[in-house]
Amino acid sequence: AAELKASGSRYKVEETLTPEKDVTTYNNFYEFGTGKGDPAANSGGFKPAPWRVKVDGLVGKPREFGLEELLALPLEERTYRMRCVEAWSMVIPWVGFPLASLLDKVEPLGSAKYVAFETVVRPEEMPGQSGYFQPLPWPYREGLRLDEARHPLTILSVGLYGKTLPNQNGAPIRLVVPWKYGFKGIKSIVRISLTDTPPPCTWNLAAPDEYGFYANVNPAVDHPRWSQATENRIGEGGFFGSNRRDTLAFNGYADDVAGLYSDMDLRVNF
Amino acid sequence: MALVPALPKRFHGPSVWALYALGLIPAAWAFYLGATGRLPGNAVKEFEHLLGLWALRFLVATLTITPLRDLFGLNWLRYRRALGLLAFYYVLMHFTAYMVLDQMLRIPAIVADIARRPFITIGMAALVMLIPLALTSNNWSIRKLGQRWNKLHRLAYVIAAAGALHFAMAVKVVGPEQMLYIVLVTLLLAWRAVRTPFLRWKRQRTAGARSHTATQKAAG
Repeated sequence: AAELKASGSRYKVEETLTPEKDVTTYNNFYEFGTGKGDPAANSGGFKPAPWRVKVDGLVGKPREFGLEELLALPLEERTYRMRCVEAWSMVIPWVGFPLASLLDKVEPLGSAKYVAFETVVRPEEMPGQSGYFQPLPWPYREGLRLDEARHPLTILSVGLYGKTLPNQNGAPIRLVVPWKYGFKGIKSIVRISLTDTPPPCTWNLAAPDEYGFYANVNPAVDHPRWSQATENRIGEGGFFGSNRRDTLAFNGYADDVAGLYSDMDLRVNF
Repeated sequence: MALVPALPKRFHGPSVWALYALGLIPAAWAFYLGATGRLPGNAVKEFEHLLGLWALRFLVATLTITPLRDLFGLNWLRYRRALGLLAFYYVLMHFTAYMVLDQMLRIPAIVADIARRPFITIGMAALVMLIPLALTSNNWSIRKLGQRWNKLHRLAYVIAAAGALHFAMAVKVVGPEQMLYIVLVTLLLAWRAVRTPFLRWKRQRTAGARSHTATQKAAG
C-alpha cells in the first residue's frame, strides 16, 4: 500500500478508530471467500493496477477513467462509522473523493434517476468467483438513488489509514455510504451506470426479505434473523468488556440524510 | 472384523475420562485465546461459533457409534455417553457465551431473539431437549427407565437435525461447511431407517454361511 496525500474534512467521527489490523483482517468480500479472514488470506494474487472505471448510461459524456486520473482528484480523509448488516461496526479513516465530483464530469442527463455499480469479475484472481461452490452470482452489483449518490457524505474511497486500499478492502476503488449497511459499499468497482429504473442489487436479489434496496441503518427495523437495535464494535472491549452499543438511526448521520427519505415509510422501504 | 486392535479392558475406564478431557480442550483453548485478546476480529462471535461447531461435531460423533458397530463391528458404545454429554456441555457453553458475552445479559433482547428468530428458536429447542437426555445419562436412570430410556434418547435424532438446521439457517449463504453437517446428519438418521432390515440380512447371511459350512463338514 502506497502513501496517499489527503486533506482533512469536517466529516470526522469523534470516536476511537478501529485498529488498522482489524479493518484489514475482518472483512466481507465474498469474491475472496465467505469467512471473515478469507479476503485478507486469499487476495494476495489480485492485481488492482492498472485499473479503469467505465462511467456510462444516461450521461452526456460517457467515458472511462484511469485510476491515475481518479487518484489525482483532491482527496479527503473521511472518518466514518461503518455498520455491517450483521450487527457489527467499525470506525474507519477512509481516503477518497465525493462520488458527485465524478458524476459531474460525465454530465448526468435529466432522465437519470439511479446509479448502478459493478464489481470486477476475475475468477483467476478471485478464488470465490471460481470453483464448485460460489456463494453469489457475479458480478456483485449495487445501486443508489441519484440524490443518495450525489449526497456529500457518499464517497468513492481509494484508501484507508492514509494509504491505498488493501485488496481485501476493495482495492483500488470502492463505494462508501456511511448511513447504509456495509454491503451497499461495493468494492473493486469497474463500472458505474446511470439509469432511470432501480438497478439490481446482489443481496437484495439473493434474499429480498432480508436486504432491501435502501438498506439504511435502522435500529427500529430488525433483520428477520437478528435484531438491529445494537451492534458489536470490532476491536473494542475484547472478551468481557462491553463492546455492544446501541445502533443509531442512519448510523448517526440522521441530521445529514433523514431528509432524503421524509416521504417514505422506512419499515416498507428498508 | 476388527479394524482397530481391541483396547485392553483395564484401559476402558481411563479412555473414557481421557475423552472428556480431550473433548473439553477446544473450549478451554478458545477461552484462553479470547480472554487474552488473541482471537481475531469479533472475539465473542468467534468463541460462540466455535462452541456451536464443536457441539455439532459431538452430536454427529454420538450418532456415529451405532453405524460403526453395525457396519464395521467396532464396539465403541462405552464412549457414547461421553460424546453425548460433551455435545450437551458445548451447547450449554454456546448458549451461555451468546447470553453473557455476546448479548451482555440483555434479557429482553435474548427473549425476543428466541421467540422471533426461527434459527434461534430451533437452537434453543435443541438445548431444552438435551436437558432430559443429560439428566438421564447415568446408569441408575438407564436401569430405572428400561425400554423407555431407549425411546427417550431417540430425541438425539431430533436434536442433531435441529443443530444442523440451526447452523445452516444462521448464515447468509449456505456453504460447504453447513452442507457437510446437513449431509452427515441426514446419512446418520437415514441409517436408523434401514438398520433393522440390514441387521436381519446380516444375521441371516452369517447363519446361512454357518449352516453351509456345517453341511459341508457333515458331507466330508
